[in-house]
Amino acid sequence: MSRSLKKGPYLDYKLDLKVQAMSKSGKKQVIKTWARNSMISPDFVGQTIAVHNGNKFIPVYVTENMVGHRLGEFSPTRTYRGHKDNKKKK
Amino acid sequence: MARIAGVDIPDNKRGEISLTYIYGLGKTTAQKVLDKAGVDRNTKVKDWTDEQQGVIRTIIVDSYKIEGELRSEKMMNIKRLRDIGCYRGIRHRIGLPVRGQHTKNNAKTRKNRRVN
Repeated sequence: MSRSLKKGPYLDYKLDLKVQAMSKSGKKQVIKTWARNSMISPDFVGQTIAVHNGNKFIPVYVTENMVGHRLGEFSPTRTYRGHKDNKKKK
Repeated sequence: MARIAGVDIPDNKRGEISLTYIYGLGKTTAQKVLDKAGVDRNTKVKDWTDEQQGVIRTIIVDSYKIEGELRSEKMMNIKRLRDIGCYRGIRHRIGLPVRGQHTKNNAKTRKNRRVN
């Protein structure tokens, strides 16, 4: 079930503050965050945010298309190395 | 032979079934179209008059996204996910289930290149 519209998108409060401060000062700096569940708001566009994946921070450069997704979607938590080739089985 | 929306030529079947041969029209939409056009759902396509055919054709073309247009929209949506590199995009890229299904067993639709 999707989130009630009444509440608006979920933004991590502190992260939002940091991003706003950043865009005000005009500096470009990587912001580290653990808030994987935070929605990407239009203000984030152009920022680079390092999203924790449980092991390390994955830098995510936010583009316009990403708005509305959540930060964690861009920082995979599992390493997938593929399965062995089963072609022999036919 | 009726020809609706480009290449589709369904014939010799009841209208509501025949229309589902068009990509993007299922049975429900087909029924809606026929009801709106005032054509009985059970009349076969070959028994449609030319006017009825025309009405049906305009309804479909005007109000539904079908065939190539729909396919390209679908592709665009997937492409967007792939390009931004989000989790769903990655799953599309490596050809595994996108919506969190288990992959220990099954998931053959996505995992297998089926050998018939």
